[in-house]
Amino acid sequence: MKPPPFEYHAPASLEEALALLVRYGGEAKLLAGGQSLVPLLNFRLLRPAALVDLNRIPGLAYIREEDGRLVLGAMTRQRAIEFSDVVRRRLPLLHAATRLVGHLPIRTRGTIGGSLAHADPAAEYPALLTALEGEVVAVSPRGRRVLAAAELFRTYLTTSLGTDEILVEVRLPLPPPGAGWAFEEFSRRHGDFAIVAVAAVVEREGARCRRARLAAAGAGPVPVRLREAEAILERDGLGEDALRAAAARAAELVEPDSDVHASAEYRRHLTAVLTERALRRALARADGGDG
Amino acid sequence: MAERVTVRLTVNGQRREGRCEPRKLLVDFLREDLGLTGTHVGCEHGICGACTVLLDGQAVRACLMLAVQADGATITTVEGLATDGRLHPLQQAFHEHHALQCGFCTPGMLLAALDFLETHPDPTEAEIREALAAVLCRCTGYQGIVEAVQAAVRARAAGRSGR
Repeated sequence: MKPPPFEYHAPASLEEALALLVRYGGEAKLLAGGQSLVPLLNFRLLRPAALVDLNRIPGLAYIREEDGRLVLGAMTRQRAIEFSDVVRRRLPLLHAATRLVGHLPIRTRGTIGGSLAHADPAAEYPALLTALEGEVVAVSPRGRRVLAAAELFRTYLTTSLGTDEILVEVRLPLPPPGAGWAFEEFSRRHGDFAIVAVAAVVEREGARCRRARLAAAGAGPVPVRLREAEAILERDGLGEDALRAAAARAAELVEPDSDVHASAEYRRHLTAVLTERALRRALARADGGDG
Repeated sequence: MAERVTVRLTVNGQRREGRCEPRKLLVDFLREDLGLTGTHVGCEHGICGACTVLLDGQAVRACLMLAVQADGATITTVEGLATDGRLHPLQQAFHEHHALQCGFCTPGMLLAALDFLETHPDPTEAEIREALAAVLCRCTGYQGIVEAVQAAVRARAAGRSGR
């Protein structure tokens, strides 16, 4: 199908974009990479009065290392992240997750800010933001505010961003050197949304676990931080029993729904399997191996 | 009806211009307004890849972009691949390896593969298969398509080493 009619604006500045959002009073949609929004328009699941296209606003696409964090402009294309040297070197977890976002022609247009604001719970970036305890910066006529991942995601395709607010920056804390990481995903075909995916970061001290970070995608209405599974590792270490206990606990922490792709039960099972797999791979990398 | 907008862009090396509603998809603009029907419309929601074109040298879904967003851009469609009546080496490889049956996915396959080969000059077979998953072939002719892309890689390497 074809998109329904709308008024189209391509502002040249953030101020102009914010003024447009105010003018349309919640009836406008922001257009970033369009890889989720345009299908919704084509299906006529959305009929916004206006589109405010962010693509002509300069200065919203950048990747910088800053104060122990990777800082990305919201309009940074997934393709730019995929081929970024600093991402590959400093946050290979982000590189690995990016390669699972759709296909290369999708990543040419798709943006990190757009993916987070769209908030599909099966998408890679929301889970990554959750695992890394990242945050986003949003601007509105009322000023700037910083939102942690847990504050951003509300439910399926819904964030706490206001209709007059624009997500402008993503901040991802860098794990300390030597930390292991993994992004394990199961989907029916490469490039599909995950049925379930698990992001893991593990900081080890011998057999002890100084810090573990785990988050699941596709296992509920928002990405799920698997805190109690992390706690098992931080308390009991990184032995076989602890890994298995953490994976089993992970499956109890998620509340997936059944849909045409998979039953809730299967998703729960996958959460355990992928958590264990992600932990083992992260540990192999923490040892300096390639996993 | 929303006001019409003017879209000016370069397609296959030629300056082109058209007027359309802002809601017009790039793929429909190419086909209906510019008469370039080589780019195919399949699923219209970014899954099948039949509409893949190059936007400023990089593969995109032309059904997931508005024509107005391509104002000022440079587009390559399948019509722009052959030069002086001679097939592009990748098209030639498709021809020689029986990489098309009904041909519906072929324009998207070619342009997605070209972008992939630009970014991955020496790909493994697994990488080629992963990249070609970006475009669906309903004749299930993937084997020939993979072989054609491999042949194009070999031909380019041979060309570079002067053989």
